[in-house]
Amino acid sequence: MKIENSIKFVFPGLSVNEHTARAVVSAFLIQTDPTVEELADIRTAVSEAVTNCIVHGYRNTSGDVELIIKILPQREIYIRIKDKGCGIPDVQKAMEPLFTTAPNEERAGLGFAVMQSFMDSIRVRSKPGEGTTVTMRKKLRSSSCRIS
Amino acid sequence: MAAALHQENSCLTAVLSGELDHHNIRSIREEIDTAVIEQQPHTLILDFRQVTFMDSSGIGLILGRCKIMGGLGGSTIVRNPPPHIKRIMRLSGIERIARIETTPAGKETIQ
Repeated sequence: MKIENSIKFVFPGLSVNEHTARAVVSAFLIQTDPTVEELADIRTAVSEAVTNCIVHGYRNTSGDVELIIKILPQREIYIRIKDKGCGIPDVQKAMEPLFTTAPNEERAGLGFAVMQSFMDSIRVRSKPGEGTTVTMRKKLRSSSCRIS
Repeated sequence: MAAALHQENSCLTAVLSGELDHHNIRSIREEIDTAVIEQQPHTLILDFRQVTFMDSSGIGLILGRCKIMGGLGGSTIVRNPPPHIKRIMRLSGIERIARIETTPAGKETIQ
């Protein structure tokens, strides 16, 4: 994988850092000149993944969340969000829309559906007791054929 | 992030602003619920025109308020969601339980 630029940001899994993670995404990706919509898509997907780490991964514990953003050739954005929390016993089930293990906290169970819908691809690897890694990719439209 | 609340007749309007995520939704939820319990409105309007970001936590907020308003025999209206927020709303199917409307004032702010 040829990488044009990348950033690694590690932060404590505190809910206030959901905002911080989105701010890092915006600050780093501005160099790719994304459309408002593309940036909003990526920020939303990252927000969902980071919230999952905090709400579910570190539900009974605390720990760090690692966010890696890479700019690949042909304007492809690679994002990896990793926690060392409780892990997901059944990833397929967790990815079903409206499935949530936290209905009392008004979680809609849409996090993965949003990530799937707003990004080109998503891969989730998880091991109970070890943590969860979400990898997402999105190709930005070529800047020359965009309407400014 | 804050919610500006005002009641007119039996309609309570909450104008939400800023970024709506899991972190800052907690205080907004409490603010709205306190007003709903005190004022017992027939209709709760959640106005999104000043919301700059929302993830699926916002859907949870709407769903929860619909449930409370339903319990009071009332209804919930989602007003003026900006285009990107509308996409998440569409994905969630929230329009099946809450009416989504755009007012002339909302159109101006969004565009």
